[in-house]
Amino acid sequence: MKSLKSLALPLLMAAAVSQGAVAAEITGAGASFPAPIYAKWADAYQKATSNKINYQSIGSGGGIKQINAKTVDFGASDMPLKPEDLDKGGLLQFPTVIGGVVPVVNLAGVKPGQLKLTGPVLADIYLGKITKWNDKAIAELNPGVALPDHDIGVVRRADGSGTTFIFSNYLSKVSPEWKSKVGEGTAVQWPVGLGGKGNEGVSAFVQRLAGSIGYVEYAYAKQNKLTHAVMKNAAGNFVSPNDTTFKAAAAGADWTKSAFYEILTDEPGKDSWPITGATFILMHKAQDKPAQAAEVLKFFDWSYKNGAKMADDLDYVPLPDSLVKLIHASWGQMKDASGKPVFAGK
Amino acid sequence: MTLGESKRSGKVGDALFFNAARASALLTLLLLAAIIASLIYGSWPSIKQFGFGFLHSGDWNPPMDKFGALIPVYGTLATSAVALVIAVPVSFGIALFLTELSPPWLRRPLGTAIELLAAIPSIVYGIWGLLYFSPLFAQYGQPALAATLGKLPVVGALFSGAPLGIGILAAGIILTIMIIPFIAAVMRDVFSVTPAMLKESAYGVGSTTWEVVWNVVLPYTKVGVIGGIMLGLGRALGETMAVTFLIGNMNFFNGFSLFLPGNSIASALANEFAEAESELYTSSLIELGLILFVITFIVLSLSKILLLRLSKQEGTKT
Repeated sequence: MKSLKSLALPLLMAAAVSQGAVAAEITGAGASFPAPIYAKWADAYQKATSNKINYQSIGSGGGIKQINAKTVDFGASDMPLKPEDLDKGGLLQFPTVIGGVVPVVNLAGVKPGQLKLTGPVLADIYLGKITKWNDKAIAELNPGVALPDHDIGVVRRADGSGTTFIFSNYLSKVSPEWKSKVGEGTAVQWPVGLGGKGNEGVSAFVQRLAGSIGYVEYAYAKQNKLTHAVMKNAAGNFVSPNDTTFKAAAAGADWTKSAFYEILTDEPGKDSWPITGATFILMHKAQDKPAQAAEVLKFFDWSYKNGAKMADDLDYVPLPDSLVKLIHASWGQMKDASGKPVFAGK
Repeated sequence: MTLGESKRSGKVGDALFFNAARASALLTLLLLAAIIASLIYGSWPSIKQFGFGFLHSGDWNPPMDKFGALIPVYGTLATSAVALVIAVPVSFGIALFLTELSPPWLRRPLGTAIELLAAIPSIVYGIWGLLYFSPLFAQYGQPALAATLGKLPVVGALFSGAPLGIGILAAGIILTIMIIPFIAAVMRDVFSVTPAMLKESAYGVGSTTWEVVWNVVLPYTKVGVIGGIMLGLGRALGETMAVTFLIGNMNFFNGFSLFLPGNSIASALANEFAEAESELYTSSLIELGLILFVITFIVLSLSKILLLRLSKQEGTKT
């Protein structure tokens, strides 16, 4: 019941705000993963322009519902909508920042970046098929690392989250068995393991249980100095998670495909981190409130131009320039009642 | 004249008060009906899709849009059962000590301490349970249980498996700590209203403290005692945050051992509602809420029936 209350309160506040809104006050709701950077951008944007952005981090599912119900000016989701779902709701989506998901382990004597894993091995661990650390499949990847004869404690998110979506999407791409048995989503039916609530819940379990493995957002792993693993990417190289390898994954993606429906997992490119994902903004294509919509686009335009350093500071990866150009072009589809494009500036 | 006027205004005041009180009572009923109606409305797509299969399916698979309530219902009932089994005797002991055995100077501070426990927010119990209780429980509690109770036939199966410190038993124990103050406070209050004359008479004919409590105090206060237990059970069934942190949130049935992770209705709602997208997913979660509502209703009805039967038996006894 508490969760409903905490859900309702921001909604009520959002409703109150949007009712009493003046021209330059916009409201968005959705994904919690990008909430810190949106808050930072909003703060800087308000200082620069005195326009106000209210962002409620109520979860991607809530963000999609809110934008479909038109109670907010923009919705946000960690999971891009499929082109057919976008068309159904008359929506447009574009990415804002990129982040990575990192496997973290608790193994005595193993240092950060020392343990090497491949996608199929990771999938087998989460399927419960590889149960010991000294399993041949892990040992072959890690000559010279002392792997104990210890059960692997599998830890994953209990709450629905974009992190889980990116992780399960990756496992689906690299393991046909995962794809058919478990699939991808913000929450899935995990065959094994303990569920921790939030990044902090997962990392609490991993740090406590000897011989465990979990997955968390990169920013969380970095700030808490967790022992991350290195992953073999689609090009066959072992890479460490950092902004260079996330950027490589974003650069390797083909964004010109329809409606930015692009999940950055298992991307080609020799430096690409394989478990990468972008987070997205959702808006209506046909705008009954063109002035509000223009304000939203102005905010993100400003953030693409001025927000890269802030994103870096918070361990997000800003979008490559080529992608921002494509996003600008896509904004042309957003029109008011008379068919005039909402966003004029460049 | 003045007397008549004041009488009239008194009547008006009475009528106002009567209607205001009646309206408040009716509002409660109305709210209840509205909650039931909206729960049924919200869960309709899932009821239509799964029918009664929802109740006995152990599937909870969002990507495939297949949902069943068995695992969260089992987890809810199992954690609450664990909590009651431990909390009722402990609360009884606390209440007994406070009313009959404690030196008078200790009663007030001890009573206040127990009431304070009830005021701690559940998230604090959850975090405390995760960071402090669970490691100790995994290191000392669970191995000890496995070595003692785990060796027994039948019951032993409940205490087998890896000691993770997370699971149905751990969640049940945190729930125990959370409901003890409620049950103990109610028990203490009803024990203390037992007429002194009844107790003194029993002591007078040579009863021991235990005999007085078991044969005089408890029969006299059973309605209150059962009410207190129900209050505790109600809290245990619906507890969200503390359970979420400790139950392991596993939507897959691996066995009956209490050491294994599971899931509860309230915990599933708290974890998954915000990110649930598909209509069927949301409506299945709402149906879980409806089921919790029904479980609570059944539990309350059973306790009423129990009380009725007890009072009937009373009439037949000499």
